[in-house]
Amino acid sequence: MMTVLVCIVRRDLLVATRRRADVLTAVVFFAVVVSLFPLATTPDAELLRNIGPGVVWVAALLSSVLTLPRLFSVDHTDGTLDQMLLSASPIGAIVSGKIIAHWLTAGLPLVVLSPVLALQFDLAPGAMLALTSSLFLGTPVLSLIGAIGAALTLGARGAGVLVSLLVLPLYVPVLVLGTGLVNAAGAGLDTSAHFMLLTAMIVSACVLAPWAVSTALRGAA
Amino acid sequence: MLFRSVSFALKPHELLHVVGANGSGKSSLLRIACGLLEPSAGEVRWNGAAINGLHEDYSRGLAYVGHADGLNQDLTASENLRIACVLSHVKPDHGLVTRTLAALALDRCAREPVRTLSQGQRRRAAIARLVLAEDKPLWLLDEPFSALDASAVEYVSGLVETHCARGGMVIMTTHDRLPRLRAGARELVLSESVS
Repeated sequence: MMTVLVCIVRRDLLVATRRRADVLTAVVFFAVVVSLFPLATTPDAELLRNIGPGVVWVAALLSSVLTLPRLFSVDHTDGTLDQMLLSASPIGAIVSGKIIAHWLTAGLPLVVLSPVLALQFDLAPGAMLALTSSLFLGTPVLSLIGAIGAALTLGARGAGVLVSLLVLPLYVPVLVLGTGLVNAAGAGLDTSAHFMLLTAMIVSACVLAPWAVSTALRGAA
Repeated sequence: MLFRSVSFALKPHELLHVVGANGSGKSSLLRIACGLLEPSAGEVRWNGAAINGLHEDYSRGLAYVGHADGLNQDLTASENLRIACVLSHVKPDHGLVTRTLAALALDRCAREPVRTLSQGQRRRAAIARLVLAEDKPLWLLDEPFSALDASAVEYVSGLVETHCARGGMVIMTTHDRLPRLRAGARELVLSESVS
C-alpha cells in the first residue's frame, strides 16, 4: 500500500514538473491577488495589518480552488483513472497519493511564499510566523476537502465553476480558524486552541476525505 | 436501452468475441463486465460471487484495455508502463519493461512523452500492459486492433491466442468480424434491434 502511495505521489510530481505552467499559474495567481489589496486600499499600516491575514487566506482558498479541476480530470479523460480503479491496489491509497501530490504542488508553495507576501501588510514577526504555520496546517485540509469536490464534479460541464461553488462554503471553518489564529497571535493571545482545532481538522479530513473521494470516483467512472 | 437479455459465461481457454455496429453497446458491455459501470438490471459474477462486493479481489484478476489508452500524455511510454506495474503489484523490473517495449517496436520512442507519439504507437503502449498482465486470468479488450498496423495486429492476436492457450479468458470487442477467428472462439453479436 505504501509503495502504491509513494508511486502515485512521484508520478503526479513528475507530471507537475512536465507541466510547470499549471503549477506556476496558481502560485502567481496567489501572489498577484494578495498584492492587489495593498494597492487597492489605503497605504495605512494599521488597516493593512488588520486585513492582511484574511487577504492572504482568501487568496490561498481561491488559488487552491483554481487547481482543483485538473486533480482528476486529466486522468479521467486519458483513461488512467479507469486503470487506477481497476488496479489491484486499494483506490484509497491511490487517492491519498494524489491528494498529497496536490498539496505539495498547490499548497506548499503558498506556505513558503506567505512570509514574503505578509511583508506587504506590515505584519509583526510573530503574526507572520502564525500566518505561515496556520497555512501549513490549513492548506492540507484545503487539498483534502477540495479533492472531494473535484471527484464529485468529475465529468460535469463547467466543472471549474461548480467545484468552487461546492467547495468554498466547506472551506469556511478552515478560513475562520486560520485567520483567527493569526489575529490571536497578533493580539498576543494564546493560540494553542486554534492549533489543536486545525490539527483535529487535518486528522478527520485525512480519514474521511480519501474514503469520500474513492466513493465519488467509483460513481463517476 | 442499449441491450437486454445478454447472458454469457466464460470458462478458462475461452475467447468471447463481441461484435456489433458502432453504438450497439460493446464498450458499455465491457465496462459493465469489469465493474466500471453498473448495469441497470442484472449482475456480473466472478467465480459465483457478484463483483460489486469484490472490488480489488476481482480487479486483481483482470486486465482491461479500454477505448481510451490509459496513458498519461506527459509521461513517456516506459514511465507509464512502470507505474502500471506498481499498481498491479508487478515488480517494475527494468529489463521486463525494456523487453516489452522492444517487442512492440516502441523502444525507439520510449523516452518521448506519449503526447508526441502517433495514434498507433499509443495503442501499442496501451497493449504493452497486457504483456505484463500474463498471470491475470481475465482480459477485457475494447477494440484492441484499432489504429494498429498489420504486424501489430498479428502480435496482439498472438498475445490473445497464447493467453487462451495458457488457460486465460478473453472478452474482446471489434466493430467488424475478425478475418481469422481462432478456432473455438465464441461470438456474441449485439444488434441494434433492441430498443
